[in-house]
Amino acid sequence: MDLSLTIAGLTLPNPLIAASGCFGYGVEYADVVDLSSLGGVAVKGLFLAEREGHAPPRIVETPSGMLNAIGLQGIGVHRFIQERLPELRERRAIVIVNICGTTLDEYVELARILSDADGVHALELNISCPNIKEGGITFGCSLPGTHAVVGAVRKVTRLPVIPKLTPNVTDVASFARAAEDAGADAISLVNTFLAMAIDVHTRRPRLTNIVGGLSGPAIRPIAVRMVYECRRAVKIPIIGMGGIATAEDVLEFMIAGANAVQVGTMNFVDPFIWGKLLAGIRDYMTRHGLARLQDVVGTVDTSAREKAWISS
Amino acid sequence: MPVDIDAAVIDNRRLSADYNVLSLAAPEIAAAARPGQFVMIKTSGGHDPLLRRPFSIFEILRDGATPIGVSIFNKRAGTGTTLLSRVEAGARLATLGPLGRPFEPVDPPAEGWMVAGGVGLAPFVTLAEALAARRTPTTLFYGARRAEELYCVELFEALGVRVILATEDGSRGVRGRITVPLEAALRERPLGNPVKLYVCGPTPMMRACAQLAATHGRACDVSLEQVMGCGLGGCYSCVVPARRADGGTPHHTRTCIDGPVFDAQRIVWDAVSGH
Repeated sequence: MDLSLTIAGLTLPNPLIAASGCFGYGVEYADVVDLSSLGGVAVKGLFLAEREGHAPPRIVETPSGMLNAIGLQGIGVHRFIQERLPELRERRAIVIVNICGTTLDEYVELARILSDADGVHALELNISCPNIKEGGITFGCSLPGTHAVVGAVRKVTRLPVIPKLTPNVTDVASFARAAEDAGADAISLVNTFLAMAIDVHTRRPRLTNIVGGLSGPAIRPIAVRMVYECRRAVKIPIIGMGGIATAEDVLEFMIAGANAVQVGTMNFVDPFIWGKLLAGIRDYMTRHGLARLQDVVGTVDTSAREKAWISS
Repeated sequence: MPVDIDAAVIDNRRLSADYNVLSLAAPEIAAAARPGQFVMIKTSGGHDPLLRRPFSIFEILRDGATPIGVSIFNKRAGTGTTLLSRVEAGARLATLGPLGRPFEPVDPPAEGWMVAGGVGLAPFVTLAEALAARRTPTTLFYGARRAEELYCVELFEALGVRVILATEDGSRGVRGRITVPLEAALRERPLGNPVKLYVCGPTPMMRACAQLAATHGRACDVSLEQVMGCGLGGCYSCVVPARRADGGTPHHTRTCIDGPVFDAQRIVWDAVSGH
């Protein structure tokens, strides 16, 4: 049974990647998960410098989901390389470093620094965090901006470059195309949906940051639709995510067009989810006589619409 | 190393309309737990509420000497705690733990003074047991709004803990907040007689206790509760502003893995959210 896939020469043993911002720097989970058993670990978004993030409360639950406004608190790229990367390397994790900048030059600088670091396998470009004012999403919400940042990073690294797209745009497929045109090796989507919750008794927003990003099972159908749209727009591998809780959810994303997936919010709920997802995927492959998991990618059968004899 | 157990509810003991003690069959957690650690409990089988809730381990349940489970001291406040107030024996709850940095019990001749406000009683049974095992003289200062909201005092008395109570309406113990008898006791105790404070309760009470401890030159640990997403350090939701152990500028520190127990002097109390 072959669950592996390859992104620009990087082979992942299976399609299950821990989502950035939901798994610390990976080392936090080393007690509960064999990090080398994962398809990859996308570490918490890193800037050049350390950041304190927003004041709490930083999360609030909503129906089948949650809002977060952490504000990209982080230890910065240098401390990451010194203090966290050695352990990730020792534990043989496939490390995808999520990078964030406020300017194009910062992305380029981060990519240069990380390309020289032993144990970094790919770069995920965070151009989609809804919770910080400066940079990041200003690239992700503009087609020229997306093209520019992907192109600039592409020039300075041999690592696979994976821009992470925001769903907070009208036509996500056009951003996928911009990323592919600029030389992206893959794309990941979706980041969280900009959202808000209010305490009606105090009339205050439930998050100090006022707005935050919605994640969890609540967003899954929208994320699946966006992966489907991107699959029809680009040839490069797609890493899909949004509320994955079960093996069936993984397969739904893959059939829609994802080559791999990331799991975020549901890892908070069940840190032992990884083994359960893998077992469920293997069961599915057995039941459907699949030897290679990648064979399901993009196989959604939409023929019913073409065959329909009444159409509007 | 935390484990996740599909724990059967052994018993749900109702203390009042708002409080209950829930006993869970979780031998591995009970065997590994240290005083002041917590568990993350999934309060429903589905996606609402989605996230687990953190609870201090209230008691280690034993069959003879064998640890068989843990209990939690639950106060009904929101959706999750309401579900846990109603849950019946035989139901199963995913329970992850033990988690967090524990209390460090002091040895004699130092005394251990535990200061609890309301539901903040939760982490102190396990600490009282650890202190009793070291023969450390121990006092519980326990405050609530009124007499009916003081629970489980007998658990502490059975461990030989001296208990000092306070109620805001004066219906039991000292009238006023728990800081009233605490301050008096701190003032009376000669500086040469060491004592360590362990505090858990509402943020204003913990802040006041931290100030008293500083004024009287006593060591003070607090157990903090913040909104938590994962309990394992992954999400960065539960941060509090704290100085590093060696001083320096305060930074956002995760309550789940750097706490929940902190040296009170590390915390920037004016910036702590919560109630």
